Amino acid sequence: MSDLIDVLQVAHVVPAIADKLKATYHVHRASPGDTIAPDLAPKIRAIVAGGVAPASLLAQLPKLEIIASASVGYDGIGVTEAGARNIPVTHTPNVLNDDVADLAIALMVMTARGLATADKYVRDGQWVAKGNMKLARTVSGKKLGIVGLGRIGKDIARRAEAMNMTISYTNRRPVEGVPYKFVSSLLDLARDNDFIILIASAGPDATKMINKDVIEALGPDGILINVSRGRVVDEAALVQALKSGKLGGAALDVFEDEPNVPAELMAMDNVVLTPHLGSSTIETRTAMGQLALDNLAAWFAGRPLLTEVPETQAARRVAK
Amino acid sequence: MTKGIDVLTICQLLRPAEERWIASRYRLTRADKDAVPDDIAARARALITSGLDGAPASLIDRMPRLELITVNSVGYDLVDMKKALARHIPVTHTPDVLTDDVADLAIGLMIMTSRRLAQADRFVRAGRWAREKFPVAGKVSGKKLGILGLGRIGRAIAQRAEGFGMEILYTDRAKLNTSYRFLPDLVSLAKESDFLMVATSAGPDARHMVNEAVLNALGPDGILINIARGSVVDEAALVAALEGGRIAGAGLDVFEHEPNVPPVLFGRDDVVLLPHIASSTRETRSEMGRLVIRNLEAWFSGKPLVTPTPETLAMLANR
Repeated sequence: MSDLIDVLQVAHVVPAIADKLKATYHVHRASPGDTIAPDLAPKIRAIVAGGVAPASLLAQLPKLEIIASASVGYDGIGVTEAGARNIPVTHTPNVLNDDVADLAIALMVMTARGLATADKYVRDGQWVAKGNMKLARTVSGKKLGIVGLGRIGKDIARRAEAMNMTISYTNRRPVEGVPYKFVSSLLDLARDNDFIILIASAGPDATKMINKDVIEALGPDGILINVSRGRVVDEAALVQALKSGKLGGAALDVFEDEPNVPAELMAMDNVVLTPHLGSSTIETRTAMGQLALDNLAAWFAGRPLLTEVPETQAARRVAK
Repeated sequence: MTKGIDVLTICQLLRPAEERWIASRYRLTRADKDAVPDDIAARARALITSGLDGAPASLIDRMPRLELITVNSVGYDLVDMKKALARHIPVTHTPDVLTDDVADLAIGLMIMTSRRLAQADRFVRAGRWAREKFPVAGKVSGKKLGILGLGRIGRAIAQRAEGFGMEILYTDRAKLNTSYRFLPDLVSLAKESDFLMVATSAGPDARHMVNEAVLNALGPDGILINIARGSVVDEAALVAALEGGRIAGAGLDVFEHEPNVPPVLFGRDDVVLLPHIASSTRETRSEMGRLVIRNLEAWFSGKPLVTPTPETLAMLANR
């Protein structure tokens, strides 16, 4: 075993990937916040993460060479500290785009058409007891505003086009080569659309970007779908607007303080609540794990990394 | 003037606005389909019904002055067409206006079932997220979708599924003029598909078309979605296939004995169960109601019907 490279695994990976990892490396399991045993810490040359590997963890590992994260987001990874130590961080962009886009569309249809409520209605025996449900709202042909027209935003738009929806978007700047209308103001976007899907990559300036004014501009018939990050939405304002009927409905895959969900939301039937499932399919989790493995393999074979994050790329370029 | 014309409605799906409008123009009586009073049955010249309420021979026989049956649904398998045609009574329905809603629901139901989204919503509401990991589910994009019945609704589903990068296969009575791959029989379609979508219209020959052999061909990773009619699927065989793990899941908007759903399904996380709501949006129900009105108005002013069923069209042409 001693000639295998020591790897610290601080993320849950699907069994197929866990097996491959163990076949190639000497794998040690820990949680990202753990103190690593002093005899083990100096041996670790790589971290396999799931979006979280704080500076406090990195500081314990003097021989650390690379952090391979099986996630697209890496805001929980100490990229600044890694960059300063010339340690690359890799992530798994694009692999999960389809799943997130599928989820966003399903959440939109589920909320407008009341499908989670309808499933509960059948299971509780209410169909027999009370007859037909009250009518829901149509999705096809309606107006969809997308906040953040990156790769996933475009994938969502393509699906929505197939449902005959009219698409507009807001973004830091207009995106070239798309047939959708650019709207510079978030408030205008909310006012002019039936649905808003949030898929913006969440920089610090995005925090509570969806505030009371934006939510009320979307209005009593509007539906908000969030598949980006919880902190993009002012959750207290959202709960208030849903309670008072100032917003029609919401579908949330992400929350401000996961896994805690405001109790008030749990009692509402005009919301759909899912536990941060964005990429949670066996196919995609396998592909993400494989890409993390491929990055590790490339590194230890001296080949170029496949998907290094821009921050460490830039820091290491400067260091050279 | 239509004010003196007696119209009977037994339709559950008509919205208040459209019903009021009809009542302002005709002598409209509403009755329960199982308790139509003799006097109104004897007088009514038009019957408004729905795909759920139908028009059995026993009712048509009690209506000697009946001239028109207008169905506030696209499906009319519960209307006794033989009886209606024998009496030269035209039947209209509401095609096209509900196509988009049904196709949206079909896609939503497919993703919900594969990604376990109703289960996920229950999981969060039960406060389990803080203690447990939600199981990893199955992907939809890029998979193979087999459509049984590539009519208007089947095509609208296919159009949407293309947006999800799905490969689309279908079976129908015959190969159609489309780029999607045709398979001559349902078992081969089920065998090749990750998702089997039932979108066929229901007739006597469609009964239990999705049987044990078809479900076995769909296989332990396959998911069945039914947005057409409950009668097309052998429900007992479906329950057995789910319990035996011979298919991965099912998304059902329709059932054999609505509103009764096999209670054994209530506890299962691999199914999504909807109370026949594929077209139940305010927008579409209003459109459907307006189409009922347009057909009534056309008939009683001697103009061509707007949306006669194909059998009716053939009957009228032969007169």
